[in-house]
Amino acid sequence: MEHNIVASILAATIVAGTPLIIVALGELVTEKSGVLNLGAEGMMAVGAIAAFAVAHSTGSAWIGVLAAMLAGMTMALIFGVLALTLMANQVASGLALAIFGVGLSAFIGKPYESMALAATAPLRIPVLADIPILGPVLFNQQLVVYLSWVPVAGIIWFLYKSRAGLILRAVGESPSSAHSIGYPVIRIRYLAVLFGGAMAGIGGAYLSVFYTPLWVEGMVAGRGWIATALVVFATWRPLRVLIGAYLFGGVMISQLFVQGSGLRIDIASQWLSALPYIATIVVLVLISRNRNTIRLNSPMSLGQPYRPDA
Amino acid sequence: MATTAAGGAVPPGPDLGAPPRLRLAGISKVYPTVVANDGIDLSIVPGEIHAVLGENGAGKSTLMKIIYGVTHQTQGEIFWEGKPVKVENPAYARALGIGMVFQHFSLFETLTVVENVALAVPGNPDLADLAKRIEAVSLRYGLPVDPRRHVHALSVGERQRVEITRCLLQNPKLLIMDEPTSVLTPQAVRVLFETLRRLSAEGCSILYISHKLDEIQELCHSATVLRGGKVTGHCIPSRETPKSMARMMIGRDLPICEHSAPAEGGEVRLRLAGLSHASDDPFGIDLQDIHLEVRSGEIVGIAGVSGNGQQELLYAISGETPIAEKFPIQILGKEAGRMGPDQRRALGMCFVPEERLGRGAVPSMPLTENAILTGAKTLGFVRHGFVSRRRAAVFSTGCIERYDVKCGGPDSAAKSLSGGNLQKFIVGREILQAPKLLVLAQPTWGVDVGASAFIRQSIIDLRNQGCAVLVISEELDELFEVCDRIAVIAKGRLSPSRPTAQTTVEDIGVWMSGMWPGAVSADAGEVARGH
Amino acid sequence: MTYASPLLAVALTLCAGIAVFAALGKDPVEGFRLFFLSPFKDTYGIAELILKATPLMLCALGLGIGFRANVWNIGAEGQFLVGAATASWVALSFDDASGPWPLTAMLLAGALGGALWAAIPAFLRTRFNANEILVSLMLVYVAQLLISWLVFGPFKDPEGMNFPQTKMFSDAFLLPIIVAGTRLNLALPIAIGLLIAAQVFTKYSYTGFKMRVAGEAEAAARYAGFSATRMVWIGMLAGGATAGIAGMAEVAGPMGQLTDKVASGYGFAAIIVAFVGRLQPIGIFLGSILMALFFIGGEHVQQYMNLPSSISKVFQGMLLFFLLGTDVFINYRPRLGSLARAAKQ
Repeated sequence: MEHNIVASILAATIVAGTPLIIVALGELVTEKSGVLNLGAEGMMAVGAIAAFAVAHSTGSAWIGVLAAMLAGMTMALIFGVLALTLMANQVASGLALAIFGVGLSAFIGKPYESMALAATAPLRIPVLADIPILGPVLFNQQLVVYLSWVPVAGIIWFLYKSRAGLILRAVGESPSSAHSIGYPVIRIRYLAVLFGGAMAGIGGAYLSVFYTPLWVEGMVAGRGWIATALVVFATWRPLRVLIGAYLFGGVMISQLFVQGSGLRIDIASQWLSALPYIATIVVLVLISRNRNTIRLNSPMSLGQPYRPDA
Repeated sequence: MATTAAGGAVPPGPDLGAPPRLRLAGISKVYPTVVANDGIDLSIVPGEIHAVLGENGAGKSTLMKIIYGVTHQTQGEIFWEGKPVKVENPAYARALGIGMVFQHFSLFETLTVVENVALAVPGNPDLADLAKRIEAVSLRYGLPVDPRRHVHALSVGERQRVEITRCLLQNPKLLIMDEPTSVLTPQAVRVLFETLRRLSAEGCSILYISHKLDEIQELCHSATVLRGGKVTGHCIPSRETPKSMARMMIGRDLPICEHSAPAEGGEVRLRLAGLSHASDDPFGIDLQDIHLEVRSGEIVGIAGVSGNGQQELLYAISGETPIAEKFPIQILGKEAGRMGPDQRRALGMCFVPEERLGRGAVPSMPLTENAILTGAKTLGFVRHGFVSRRRAAVFSTGCIERYDVKCGGPDSAAKSLSGGNLQKFIVGREILQAPKLLVLAQPTWGVDVGASAFIRQSIIDLRNQGCAVLVISEELDELFEVCDRIAVIAKGRLSPSRPTAQTTVEDIGVWMSGMWPGAVSADAGEVARGH
Repeated sequence: MTYASPLLAVALTLCAGIAVFAALGKDPVEGFRLFFLSPFKDTYGIAELILKATPLMLCALGLGIGFRANVWNIGAEGQFLVGAATASWVALSFDDASGPWPLTAMLLAGALGGALWAAIPAFLRTRFNANEILVSLMLVYVAQLLISWLVFGPFKDPEGMNFPQTKMFSDAFLLPIIVAGTRLNLALPIAIGLLIAAQVFTKYSYTGFKMRVAGEAEAAARYAGFSATRMVWIGMLAGGATAGIAGMAEVAGPMGQLTDKVASGYGFAAIIVAFVGRLQPIGIFLGSILMALFFIGGEHVQQYMNLPSSISKVFQGMLLFFLLGTDVFINYRPRLGSLARAAKQ
């Protein structure tokens, strides 16, 4: 029986961590270009309701995901116009996006609150799923979970092996130098921001279509913020984002763990629910403690608006 | 071979009558607040080294940016090899055959040399192949550089070589060099000039931007002089004297500072006793065992190429970076190592930083409030925790008058002043606090000639009244003009100081490589290789 | 002309509002009237508006002090909640007290609770360099769970039929009404008093000057010797304390008890108020009224037009978007980067 508990907890950890991976990777690419978009929470929320609404009316989960991607990109576009073209303060613009997105999703989502969506069955990969312990954990998951591993590899290749990724990193480090050489800094940043929006939308879709196929106001519950913190914790490296996301996933389902272990721990459920948020704080403190860690790894122009001279 | 007025060799000149490779006709660039370029005509033939001469703020850099496509002219035409062109962007300029070495380098510190060069080269070049080409070209022109190193590990001189090599790899027909020697030792300047002469002999045209008259005389075939955005003259530098060129550049004679002999045996106002401090910045320079004394009634200068620890030294002296022990920094006899800037001001020290906007003054605040920035306690602007704007305004008005600061009055925002005028205000603000010790960093950087002379004279006058003054600067001319004693900082170490009258520019140049008598040899060797 | 930008943003939001109502298939004129105008229809309505604006004012004035110094306290919502919790604790523990002291103690407890909650991100930033935006935000979620635990657990009214609420506070712990026939209470003069004090502090005191410098030019503040650590502490604690007072005013005012419905988004709305009000007292006052209007308008629209009340959040977000946009057009800020470079040439 113990094996089963461990396996199901590990499997749940991966499930819980998946939206974080997707959103954090999107934010990572955005930040690598030097732009700080704090609106992930809002983009996720809008993505979640868009996916649910469209999946409900079309009956297809994947069309819902597509709609979420577009919704996230639209929100990101608003942020882009404010922060990149109008050169408003990036922090304030991101916050505005978060507040607006959460409010908009609550507003649009009201009529959908009592509706249900058909759950999607997990996709079991034969042979691999028969490996003891790890098999069911890793290879009996939703298709989306498998797909979430693809961007990790893809973004690593993109950033460090491709010319486009080199240009992106250069823009993030010194937009004025990139501009002097002749690269369209603002356009490149727009693309990075839109990518971040698309990923945030997909992450939100995952929550409302695959994770718990329903819509409730506030269901994003701070995951967008946690994903943003995750990027810092992973010192802007995709592989560390993967590991960190699963760690957080584990914390998030700690309630399950406590109940499943049969231990009679007398902690009110609220304290267990608070664990992911407290963990985020702890993790931020740990990684920020050494100023040089941040300084060496963060894109040098992060958060500073780039004003072209012409 | 003919010789210039300065005695150097004149390179066999290009045919100045040949059809021009680049011609500018009536170029103007108008910004909302200033006209940077006004009706500029210029032409340059193949193989010509053409100087664009002008003081800071004359519009030289803007003109170069227009030629390179970083920005566009408001009016006027550009002709390349006889045909009119529109230089849309730097990639277009590079395709034409124009290369540019920027004054403030356009390099990416966390990337390697190869990656940096790859970014400026069209297409998707194979990095290994590119590395070989970089080595070949850099060696050929006497500017060796290792392609695999990360840029942040390179010295400033080495970084310039990367910039130049990056341009040379694309076989430019026109090379633009924007103030290239401000980051080089005198010896490295010689090496650079050799490179440029070789390029010119091969037929490459060179636009050489500078305000250093002696260099232009030594190197350039012809010169266009800019003042206030307009062309005030063309000349052949080898036929002019520095005085005549200066007059074209600033419209009047170069002002001379009045210098009397320094006082002897004044009390020690600043003592650095074995100051060592590891830099907080991972890319910064660690200070090692620095000894220095500055006495009342003298001006001590610290020379050095940018990036050798000047910033870190200044942060330590001003208190912006407090160090662990209090002993190594003694201000007016007190051990001040752990004190913050406000406490050091209370002891009688004042400080003019190298950055005006954002550090020496708050850009959006009026001059009155900027006076409060450092004068709050020493000038009595604060009483019972409240700020007396009235007293600050009175002070500011006085400062503006005494230091001839051209501005819209004490309520004008700091960012509305020109560089020279803001610097005059900041220097005035510090001097009017009657400090016993004044530390200045790059006091006339980016400042027009008139204001420069004013500031330098103010420093000398202050010293005559018994103040101790320390000037840290990258401009050797300035230090030789103003200082009584001079020392050199290299790789975080400080040389012993010598009276200026007994030193030459050449000596200082050698010292800048770390090779002063008694230097730690391992370090000196490393530094010498770096340059 | 500092208010040109916010006024234009408000105008744009109103226009957008009409468009939103039309797009939802509702009568836009009716929607506009219900949302933006109906709260003003009588004195009671106006009093309700000011009542709702008071906690916004309190939070925003404290946040403004921090924002000015580039200290980004985004967790005012959490500090509001903790202030409400500590104030409730006082009210519940000293049930049979009387006189002016109970209320004063409650006020102090509220301020202290909020300040304590803000001290966490302040400490973590100054000591460990942890980003205060993310920390203060995480603490909002923690604070919400804290309230939930309190009202379902230790603070629950034993005679409350198991509803998640405390018992009603005794009269000594309720803010007295200052205008008969309305629900306006003592919190309003307290808020106005603090608003004036904040203005005096920012504009005339040396510490206020230091904070402004720290917010505008960090290197200049360092050059002048202003302690960055102290700026962060003052900025965060000011926001926390006023948010805590706002929380106290909510439970000692119209609610009269602590329930799980005490969180209403005031903390986040106050951020918008601070921006819209340009961190100035008049602006914050007017901005609070405007934001209160959005809240109450949302409630009216829910009641009479069957639209979700979260429409007010949509308007709040839109207002902030428009404000950020109009700021650029109206207050053309000369580009600092190029100016600094020009100064160096």
